[in-house]
Amino acid sequence: MSELISMSASALADALADGDTTSVEVTRACLDRIASVDVDIHAFLHVDTDGVLAQAADADRRRAAGDRSGPLLGVPIAVKDVLTTRGLPTTCGSKILAGWIPPYDATVVARLKDAGLPILGKTNMDEFAMGSSTEHSAWGPSCNPWDVARTPGGSGGGSAAAVTAFETPLAVGTDTGGSIRQPAAVTGTVGVKPTYGGVSRYGLVALASSLDQAGPVARSVADAALLHDVIAGHDPMDSTSLDRVWPSMAEAVKDADIAGLRVGVVTELGGDGYQAGVLARFEEAVELLTEAGAEVVEVSCPNFSYGLAAYYLILPSEASSNLAKFDAMRYGLRTEPDGSVAPSAEQVMAATREAGFGDEVKRRIILGTYALSSGYYEAYYGQAQKVRTLIIEDFRSAFEKVDVLVSPTAPTTAFKLGEKLDDPLAMYLNDIATIPANLAGVPALSMPSGLADEDRLPTGVQIIAPVFEDVRLYRVGATLEALLEDRWGGHLLRSMPESLAVDGASA
Amino acid sequence: MPEPAITRDEVEHLAHLARIALTDAELDHLAPQLAQILESVAVVSAAVGDVELTANPVPLSNVFRDDKTKPGLTAEEALAGAPAVEQQRFSVPRILGEEP
Repeated sequence: MSELISMSASALADALADGDTTSVEVTRACLDRIASVDVDIHAFLHVDTDGVLAQAADADRRRAAGDRSGPLLGVPIAVKDVLTTRGLPTTCGSKILAGWIPPYDATVVARLKDAGLPILGKTNMDEFAMGSSTEHSAWGPSCNPWDVARTPGGSGGGSAAAVTAFETPLAVGTDTGGSIRQPAAVTGTVGVKPTYGGVSRYGLVALASSLDQAGPVARSVADAALLHDVIAGHDPMDSTSLDRVWPSMAEAVKDADIAGLRVGVVTELGGDGYQAGVLARFEEAVELLTEAGAEVVEVSCPNFSYGLAAYYLILPSEASSNLAKFDAMRYGLRTEPDGSVAPSAEQVMAATREAGFGDEVKRRIILGTYALSSGYYEAYYGQAQKVRTLIIEDFRSAFEKVDVLVSPTAPTTAFKLGEKLDDPLAMYLNDIATIPANLAGVPALSMPSGLADEDRLPTGVQIIAPVFEDVRLYRVGATLEALLEDRWGGHLLRSMPESLAVDGASA
Repeated sequence: MPEPAITRDEVEHLAHLARIALTDAELDHLAPQLAQILESVAVVSAAVGDVELTANPVPLSNVFRDDKTKPGLTAEEALAGAPAVEQQRFSVPRILGEEP
């Protein structure tokens, strides 16, 4: 196996800058790795072999010509299939978009191309990002590289599994209620949901517009920071994009120091419902922060207990509206109803949406249609929006006392494929600790905290910062990562079962 | 048995409003699940506080951009993914209730 695939994005950036390797070599190594392991992992829905090699060759030419677009010039990346890619299939994990080739790039994708990151392909996801396991993908689930009988989380399980299995050093995910962070937690990798509006949503096929945010998926905090710097920034094509200049996250990693930092442990995000091994690793991580000079206190956010319920009203409401555009008229699937000679547009629409959407999408569209109906609107959608305000106020008062909040990312380690597939409420509980950040728009990062004693599977710790303060995630995250890796004697992925682990992962 | 939060007939009606032609088997399967979800999310009614509603977590107002033309998709690009095309237009099924 090539040593190149085990290298971190930061190390690859250095090797490329020093002329020790080329983008084409690195990209070929990733493609070889995908060819040998993705049959078991199914992280990718589409691999763009010819396209990515051409982009890699172009990156090498740019570098040779003196282009210094940024450190990641020539470092390959994978993109979640919910972001449009000009000329490459974009299905959102749905049959309704089978074979669709978008005529434009999402702004995130355009930024990757400008920065010279060759795009390996599109990663698997729950259909329209609805789910916590990738099992709702119309194209079959992805598997967790730690144990292929388990899910890699979701909805961005494909992106997380791809970096975990060393198929790519970096990936882009999207996070509406935890879809970057929960997969990171259950695969032992790093995932960041930036401040809402920090990264453009243009070309991100919307699930819930007021919650969706794209962000980095990586094997280290430093790698996530490099990618964050590439994709963040104002975009006039997205009217919720924040018009501000962001400080460099990569610089924040370099001056990681947490002496005197005030850290709040959220009372409501722990205890009952959390696996013992998840709580044990979380408490150890908090202990390490204390030893490093942080001042740790417990903080209560009483309205977080309504977060899950409010989320499952707001999200379906927005989704039912957003997904109305899949109407069989302008793009995507068109299915005619059986036994109708000249069906009406309405009948074709209903037959297409019946054939093209999976169970979870149907559940949420119907739920949203209900929550927005006259007579129920105030009691459900209106009340959920009030809860949203109360949660924002809980964060505001918490951040008067502390600089960052911490919690376990997901209540359990990776669960088995099939275990929760037809039990929506059980599936929804996976996002209980990640949802509050989406409701409030605040940035949050998940990173590995270790392995649970009971099943030797990865556990995650979540760091949450106030709106606009994404840099704090990286300062605290990089410090904690260094402390943990000291204890582990290296990267957590070195503990992966042999079939997929890479010797000496510097990741 | 208490009344479910949502009945099978109501689910059928909502599916029609959402333009999804659910089968009988799907209605049997989804209706009780939706009732269970609704009962669970109804706890939002217990939250108290005289507060404004939040639609956007990081509010912005009056987001405009300059009213300047710039290149967009060509007709060919816009039509490339269409299920049916006729005379450089989207071709759609009949939209009126009567036979054509």
